[in-house]
Amino acid sequence: MNILDLSNHLQTYLVIGAFLFGIGFYGLLQRQTLIGMLISAELILAGASVNFMAFNRFVAPDPTVGQIFTLFIMAIAAAEAAIALSIVIAVYRNYKTIDTVDVADLEG
Amino acid sequence: MNPPITSADGLAGIVFLVMLLVTGAGAMIAVNAERTIRAVAGLALCFVGVAGIYYFLQSPFVALMEMLIYVGAVCVVLVFAVMLAEPHPEQQVSKRNALVGGLSFITAGMLTWGLVALAKGATWSTAAVRMNEGTMRDVGLSLLTTYSMVFELVSVVLLVAIIGSLVLGRAGRSKA
Repeated sequence: MNILDLSNHLQTYLVIGAFLFGIGFYGLLQRQTLIGMLISAELILAGASVNFMAFNRFVAPDPTVGQIFTLFIMAIAAAEAAIALSIVIAVYRNYKTIDTVDVADLEG
Repeated sequence: MNPPITSADGLAGIVFLVMLLVTGAGAMIAVNAERTIRAVAGLALCFVGVAGIYYFLQSPFVALMEMLIYVGAVCVVLVFAVMLAEPHPEQQVSKRNALVGGLSFITAGMLTWGLVALAKGATWSTAAVRMNEGTMRDVGLSLLTTYSMVFELVSVVLLVAIIGSLVLGRAGRSKA
């Protein structure tokens, strides 16, 4: 496998998707603010989208399905970002902080 | 299989490597930057790289949508949230166990290693026939025929998300 020919192999894209997922998972565990965790969640969704698009290009019999699924992931991610950010702003208004340790009295 | 570096395929390979580098660097900035606004900038960089990867997967429409929705909309919304709710950097003292960073790195590393090993070990059978070429025209046709119901449902979800975020953001504003 030549290094200039990487874009024609399914494994390349699967490895990219795995790395995006891993980096996002690391950020989700390690970040201390709610906005940082939201950024990491977006990275996880990007990894999933790359996987869908890779299988769509190389394996799927109908190459429109993966593209449409990725478009729906984008729409849901945009809705999720809007809702999560308004929750973050509501939390900030009540607690004057977005640190996850400080708002832990929301636990049951 | 082995394109010379000056041919069109070789140059495309170099552009692909640059896109991989942009994606990885952006993702690392997004999770490791000290200030949140820099993390948002890293996220935008990462999404530019992902859009390039989509272009190499023969989906220019999805690449365009990635630029429009993620870089153009989601990152701007994140910047607004940082402006509205970012605490001062000098108040950001770590209240957490120092082990959290190392343990989460180990966990994420093991997960990534497992997924990469799975991806490299598995063999995937390619489809015998392809129903279409997956061009922008094909995407539009199946979006408005086969998936028209889901298309409408997503627009309802987006409407509910807009109203919900307005209600959540509005609550308690008058007393502030």
